[in-house]
Formats: sequence, structure tokens, C-alpha cells
Amino acid sequence: MLGKRSIGEPGDRLFECVAIGASAGGLHALRTVLSGLPAAFPVPIVIVQHVEPKGDCYLSEILDRATALVVKEAEDKEPMHSQTAYVAPAGYHLLIEPDGTLSLSLDEKVNFCRPAIDPLFESAADAFGPGLIGIVLTGANADGAKGLIRIKEQGGYAIVQNPRSAQSPCMPQAAIDAVRVDKVLDLEHVASFLARLVKGLS
Amino acid sequence: MIQIEEALESCVSPEPGAATALVRDRNDIDGIGIDLLLEGIRRRWGYDFTHYSYASIRRRLEHARRDAGFKRFTELLDRLLYDEASFDRFLKHMSVSVTEMFRDPAFYRVVREKVVPILKTFPFVKIWHAGCATGEEAYSLAIILYEEDFLSRARIYATDFNKHGLDTAEKGVYPTANMVQFAENYRASGGTRALSDYYSSAYDLAKIKEPLKERVTFSYHNLATDGVFGEMNLIFCRNVMIYFDQTLQDRVLSLFTASLRHGGYLCLGSKETLNFSKVKEEYESVDARQKVYRRTGGSLV
Repeated sequence: MLGKRSIGEPGDRLFECVAIGASAGGLHALRTVLSGLPAAFPVPIVIVQHVEPKGDCYLSEILDRATALVVKEAEDKEPMHSQTAYVAPAGYHLLIEPDGTLSLSLDEKVNFCRPAIDPLFESAADAFGPGLIGIVLTGANADGAKGLIRIKEQGGYAIVQNPRSAQSPCMPQAAIDAVRVDKVLDLEHVASFLARLVKGLS
Repeated sequence: MIQIEEALESCVSPEPGAATALVRDRNDIDGIGIDLLLEGIRRRWGYDFTHYSYASIRRRLEHARRDAGFKRFTELLDRLLYDEASFDRFLKHMSVSVTEMFRDPAFYRVVREKVVPILKTFPFVKIWHAGCATGEEAYSLAIILYEEDFLSRARIYATDFNKHGLDTAEKGVYPTANMVQFAENYRASGGTRALSDYYSSAYDLAKIKEPLKERVTFSYHNLATDGVFGEMNLIFCRNVMIYFDQTLQDRVLSLFTASLRHGGYLCLGSKETLNFSKVKEEYESVDARQKVYRRTGGSLV
């Protein structure tokens, strides 16, 4: 079973999951990050991008075409696999169970959003503890900041996009204001840093 | 509330001590508190949340704890064990009833175009809407059956474990303000009349008309602990099982399979799937996108 491990330094710990939150400007940012990751990226990625609640959403298809990884819409109770990115469906929160499977929820909106970033980050932090990397990208609100606090409380690793490199600086700035983040990175450096971090090379 | 015990064939009681397969880290104190809270509720009040999806139940419990003004889950447990009124309030936190008439219009279009024409070949059909919340979707189905000239040959059993929701459902009275969205859904689902044909308005309330109401029977049923409903032609259970873990999902799907006639239909929420369940082989997909399945396995009835 997946779960919390007490491993000390970032250099020798084993990461189990990457959770990414993005809002305004997120499509470009997610494309940039995912396209920079190798096909053999060794841990699963879960993504919340704020989207309109109704109507068809082709976010996962668009992202899938931009990267060597498999990108798909998350299904309820789906087990996660490496080399795969799971995107929250429009209108549903995406949560991570302690056994590493995915859950969807129609509970009330959080920060006026569903999907929202905080529920994903908080549940993933509870599930993976120090094994989780949380990333806040561009956005025009403060979603993700509370989630990042929980990730740090549980011993996880926090990365935030440099607000100066973000189409909308609010969300990354709110995250930086809320937490002592481990790394602030310009957008084009996120992928290469992440690839090294999960291999324990950072 | 009308009793429909004749439809209740058997009653499965909860397995004592079956709670939480998860072994907690001794430092996960909140996790231990949650386990104790759920076990206390199950034993004191008979509501079994132990096989609900942990990630979402934890969020709801955090809300309930904050709402009650406590820092610890064990403090909330103490209150809930001894105070029935508090437990009643707590139950509202635990049952979501975000629903709409004709929620997901594309789904209702599939029901109208692909499911109802087959149901109409039967002299009489029984329909179970499990997890009906405040009843909007049960009445939506009744409207479709009425428009297809089939309502008089159908009975809808709509069940939920939330008694407050069932009271609302049985009254069939909703704020008129909601009707704007409902009417939009109705038209998008292929409805050709005016939704207002189906309710009467007084002040700011809309009441579902009697001919629809008399074909819908609302009653208490808890999917986590109660048993089979017999011989259904169609079962609706939409956006309920996403709140369950795989163990409880498998239990409920077995319950549905045992309650469904051969060739009967099972309709899930648009993001729910049989793909990760044990009963997958017993069904064929009628509409993959709208999650409409037909039972093919098992013996002929």
C-alpha cells in the first residue's frame, strides 16, 4: 500500500505522486510543463485546472497531444499509474484516497470552483505525506494556497511558478504568501526540475 | 411515508467490526479519531459510513467538526454519542443533496430515446431510484414516462437514507426560483412542452402535480446496510456511489444486480463506471458516455 514514509532529505526520498493546480492561463502552463517531461516519468500526476462546469471539456485530449505521457480524464475509483497524468473532469472535485486510487466528488464548490485545487492537494497530502510534490501554476485567485499548507504540514514538497513568469500572478503569489515553499521556478524550468527531483537528483 | 415492505425481499445487516481495512499510522491521530467517530456512529445510530470514500468523508467530517466548534474528532464523537439533535444536524453534513430536475440533460435524452422504447414493450415496469435525495430526478423520470404515455404502467420506488430529503421529495414542493434552471435542463433533454405544465405555482413555491406524484413511492432505504428490492426493470443510482469506497460500491452493485430483471437497465452518474467493479461482466453498455448499462448476465426471469 502507498502511504506516508518518514524519509528525511529531499535528495534521498522517494516521491510517489505529483499534484498540479492551475487556473487562468493554465492551459499554456500545463502544456509547457507536461511537454517537457520524459515518457518514462516514474510517478503519476494529478491535475486540477479550473474549467467551466458545463459542456464538453477537451482539456485531457489537448494535453495528451502535447506530451509523451498519457493524459486522461480521471475516473472514479481508478488506480493511478506512472507515466500518466489524470485531469479532474469539469464539474467534479478530484480527490486521492489513502490507497492511491482516485475519487470524484460533487460536494459544494471550494473557492467558488469545482474542480478546486485545495481538495485535491489536501487529500493527496493526507494520502502521500512526504511522498507528494505539489505545484501551483498561474491563476487569478487564491485556490491551492490552503492545500499547499497541508502538503507542507504532511512533509511534502512545494513548488510554485514564479509569479513574474505567470500569465496571472495572483494564485502563485497567494501560495508563496501562505507557505514556505521549497522552490519558486520560472515556467520553462518546472519540467526539467521535476524530472530531476523525482529521480532524487535535485 | 408509504410502506413498501412487500418490495423489500431481504435485509442484509451490517457486518460488525468490518470497519476500516486501513491500518493507521500511530501518529495519524486525526485518522484514528475519524475511525472511532465512524465506529461510534455505526454502533449508536446504525448509520454505517465506514465504507464511504475516505477522502471525501474526511472533508465532510472536518466541516461538521468546525461547524460544531471542535478541534478534535473525538470531541465531536462525544457530542454525537449522547445528543440526538446534534446527530440529526450531523447527518445533513453527511448526505449531499445537490440535485436538479433533468440534471445532465444529455442523459435524460438517452433515457427517453434508448431506454423507454424498450420498457414500453412490457405490460408493467418497476423502477428503483436509489439515492433520490429531494426527489427532483424521480419526478423528471415520471415526466418522461408521462410524455411517452407510459406512466400509468410504471411505478417508481425512490429511496434515500436522509429523512429530511425524503420529506421534501414526498411533498414535491420546490422553490420557484429553481424552476428556471430546471426548465432549461428539461428543454435540453428533449422536452417539447412547458415544464410549468407539471407543477402549480403559489407565491414562490412550485408543487409537482398529483398525477405524477401518485406514481412515485418514496421510502427509506440505506444502501450501506439494507437489502434487495425485487424485480426491477430499471435502476437509477446517479452520483451516489462516488461517495463509496470500492468495497461498498461492489456491495451496492451486487444489490442492484440481484434486484434487476434480466435485460433490465442500470443508470449511473456520468462520471461513474462499472469498469473497476466485480459485476462488470454482467452488463453490456447501452450508452458509454451517459453510463447506461443493460444487465445481460445471470438467469432469465
